[in-house]
Amino acid sequence: MDLSLSTRTEGDRTVVVVGGEIDVYTAPKLREQLIDLVSSGQYHLVVDMEGVEFLDSTGLGVLVGGLKRVRAHEGSLRLVCTQERILKIFRITGLTKVFPIHTSVEEAVAATD
Amino acid sequence: MALVELLLSPLPAHVRTARLVVVAAARRAGMDDELVDELRLALGEACTRAVGLHARHAPGTPVKVTVRDDPGGLIVTVTDTGPAAGPVPEDLAEGMLDGGAAGELVDPDVALAVVTGLVDSVEIEPSPTGTTVTMRWPLPAGAAPGATAASQA
Repeated sequence: MDLSLSTRTEGDRTVVVVGGEIDVYTAPKLREQLIDLVSSGQYHLVVDMEGVEFLDSTGLGVLVGGLKRVRAHEGSLRLVCTQERILKIFRITGLTKVFPIHTSVEEAVAATD
Repeated sequence: MALVELLLSPLPAHVRTARLVVVAAARRAGMDDELVDELRLALGEACTRAVGLHARHAPGTPVKVTVRDDPGGLIVTVTDTGPAAGPVPEDLAEGMLDGGAAGELVDPDVALAVVTGLVDSVEIEPSPTGTTVTMRWPLPAGAAPGATAASQA
């Protein structure tokens, strides 16, 4: 399955809904999307990963790249993910310490810490 | 004899090809679903690493993937032609945050670190011509990975 992407605005946050597989083949699309958002001045991002079926280290690299970009503008990048098989790779790489990971978009949008 | 042997053109799209084929072989061999998920990710990482190395060092040479059975288990290998694998980095998160090119260029060693973090039985054998990553997963007792599976069903 290919990667699907859509965005919407909730208050001062931009929610990016990602579905399908994020791997070495599809990750460039996600990278473009994150770069476009930051270029257009959207620095508070929530990436909803509940529809993601597969994520590898290339996808993690793109998320880390996005985090660095928003941080350069005092922004934030929060993830929404409850799927164990996706969370596993965040734990293995230690990125659970780097990304705030929420259980719902509502929770991520409301978070301010 | 190998159950499956693949020679992949080193293109990102074929990492998915490899995942699909190897996952199909593992399911056919009777592997548990949870381990199939682990295999999909680990094999993807090993192939991503190999394809990335080939793109830079050996664009005309295929990456080799094999699946073979072993008493009680399935052995998957990924062999690349490129600089030998270095030591697996210890603090991955720091490395990714500090990495070059805004962190998107995943170091081949990060992919290997994910493989070793995921899979209990991994061997990484660097050689002068490249690296072979060998991963082994158990199969449930009674599973018959080879051609006999159909006749036992």
